[in-house]
Amino acid sequence: MNFDFTDDQRALADTVRRFVAKDYDFERRRAIRDSAAGWSRAVWQELAELGVLAIGIDEDHGGLGYGPLETGLAMNAFGAALLVEPYLAAAVVAPALIRRASSTDFQRHWLPRIASGENIVVFAHHDARGDPVRVADGALSGRKTVAAHADCADLLLVSARATDGSTRLFALAPTTPGVTLRSYPTLDGQRAADVQLDQAVATEVGAGDTATDATQAIDAALDIGLAALCAEAVGIMEATVAATVDYLKTRRQFGQPIGRFQALQHRMADMLLHQEQARSMSYLAAMHCANPDQVLRQRTLSAAKVTVGQACRFIAQNAVQLHGGMGMTDELILSHWFKRLTAIEMSFGDTDFHLQRFAAQLSRGARAA
Amino acid sequence: MDLDFSPEENAFREEVRKFVTDRLPSHIRHKVMNGIHLERNDHVLWQRTLHQRGWGGVGWPREFGGPGWTPTELYIFEEECAKGGAPRLISFGLKMIAPVLMAFGNPEQQARYLPKIMSAEEWWCQGYSEPGAGSDLASLKTRAVRDGDHYIVNGQKTWTTLGQYADWIFCLVRTDPEAKPQRGISFLLIDMKSPGVTVRPIITLDGAHEVNEVWLEDVRVPVANRIGEENQGWTYAKFLLGHERTNIAGIGIAKRELARLKRIAAAEGRLDDALFAARVAQIEIDLMALEITNLRVLSAEGAHQAPGPEASILKIKGSEIQQAIAELMMQAVGIAALPFHQTGIGPDYADNLAAGYCNLRKLSIFGGSNEIQKNIISQMIMGL
Repeated sequence: MNFDFTDDQRALADTVRRFVAKDYDFERRRAIRDSAAGWSRAVWQELAELGVLAIGIDEDHGGLGYGPLETGLAMNAFGAALLVEPYLAAAVVAPALIRRASSTDFQRHWLPRIASGENIVVFAHHDARGDPVRVADGALSGRKTVAAHADCADLLLVSARATDGSTRLFALAPTTPGVTLRSYPTLDGQRAADVQLDQAVATEVGAGDTATDATQAIDAALDIGLAALCAEAVGIMEATVAATVDYLKTRRQFGQPIGRFQALQHRMADMLLHQEQARSMSYLAAMHCANPDQVLRQRTLSAAKVTVGQACRFIAQNAVQLHGGMGMTDELILSHWFKRLTAIEMSFGDTDFHLQRFAAQLSRGARAA
Repeated sequence: MDLDFSPEENAFREEVRKFVTDRLPSHIRHKVMNGIHLERNDHVLWQRTLHQRGWGGVGWPREFGGPGWTPTELYIFEEECAKGGAPRLISFGLKMIAPVLMAFGNPEQQARYLPKIMSAEEWWCQGYSEPGAGSDLASLKTRAVRDGDHYIVNGQKTWTTLGQYADWIFCLVRTDPEAKPQRGISFLLIDMKSPGVTVRPIITLDGAHEVNEVWLEDVRVPVANRIGEENQGWTYAKFLLGHERTNIAGIGIAKRELARLKRIAAAEGRLDDALFAARVAQIEIDLMALEITNLRVLSAEGAHQAPGPEASILKIKGSEIQQAIAELMMQAVGIAALPFHQTGIGPDYADNLAAGYCNLRKLSIFGGSNEIQKNIISQMIMGL
């Protein structure tokens, strides 16, 4: 067993860390977040030049051919900077989905453009209640809701229910007649959109000989995304815990640093326990998120999301608590870490969803045994 | 033992309930029931409505124009107001400075300030915390130097809740820097319109403007605006903190929010989810226990006395319950809670659940953090 990273992997993480330290400080992020678009194409090009948009794309398609572990290292390094650009959606989930669900022609066209930053492709999956997206005669109708970063996409991938009950995957430009986007900021300062589709003509991805139900490909791509999300969460936890340690060392009350109080020391120790358990599970998630054995993969990823989700809550809440009123202020990045950790806990299935999915496998396993 | 309210108390409860139903403006009820931020005017309108009914001096004895309720009646009143969707009372005037004025103010001060608190003509805010003096309040540094009939005040207060609306601020200031920290503090009433007073907003993580910094720069304050004796301010401050802790459990608010949680969870179909339903059940059970604990504390209290260290139990559990409810409401709607300060995306009830969850993190921080409350319990109740 070996938990060390290779020199290559460390260099990759350092590249991202140097970028965020030098070119993506809290003030720049705030300015970008508050801009009309809420994200920066210039930053996206900087990321392309660094090569980090190509991490998860294979070499045949202009990528670096790395795997989930390297993606996780990048996500972890992005964590503390709270990137508002669509890295997870456009550089992790979308290429993973295209790789699994689309025809070779589609891959050959889009993957190099994603790797180079030329185009942004985003997957809109979550149906609005009462108005799920369905397909009839090649046209999509219905609404996708809270689709992360759908407003910056040049191409949308959209899941849709077919008349035969299968789930199909379609691609269409947001400028297609019948597509209406309502975009807005989310809790974490990132962007999302509701995508209203009204008889919008779309191309089925994987059309022709590969056209099949896309459920398995979608699940597999979302699992790649979930592992990356866990790695990001751990990066934010590290920053949050470190900032809280610093605060406890410098904030003085009753004639001493408040970090001298044992009650607070123990709380910090609990935060560290959560962080390290989450880190372990983020590694396990990275190692298993591309495993073709779906039962093992989902079991592992659910376990990871439960551990990470609980750590998100505990660390976020206690970091604010230990900062007192300061932790509540918009001025400190801490409250922005709090909000991103909160959003992460709620995304890709919340803690209770994954706890129940894991629990359901227990009874299935017992019946099988 | 008898855990039932008396017939008179039940009749009083009906009277309050009917009053709230009949007289609370529907736009205010709508805001409170749905966690929407209230404006200054919403609070003022409700306080005036209470005042017209003779209930303006909530918690006050008759001699100062209050309704002279027992602690149990006060509890019933606040519970019914909260459940009926009435705004939280603006406590800085009614529950903080008013009891201090009654106990330690001179007759001129009582006559000058108390009526306008009852009628909501004047809004008060609290000048206690400073950047370097939070949990350790006695280390406060704002200086007041005597200059004839005035004090010249310099310093900075912070976390001043709704200070942007305030006409007056009651302030702890240091008048004797040589004395032990608790001995050199005086209690001043400062007109917010005085030259040298600057209010700067602090925006919190939910995007709200509830708290402020208040800067005091060479502010001239008449000596007549001092409460009680010079350098005895700590005594009055502690007395005030005791009164701040009445209704600290927020049982009525928790019941209202629990009902909202159940409505949302039912609309989302989440009560059929055994794990989610168990989480809601756990909160309801905690709240049942806290309600009885609260009533036990009330029974032990004499009329109009401030609660003792037992109030810390109520503060900790009350804040935890309200925070847990906010957390579960957000969880109930899932990603529909993520759009921030938006309307018309998910169901209406989802609009401000995430902001509400963020905002209520304050409950375990302000009014004496829950860590400080645990110190009080372990030291004052348990003698450790």
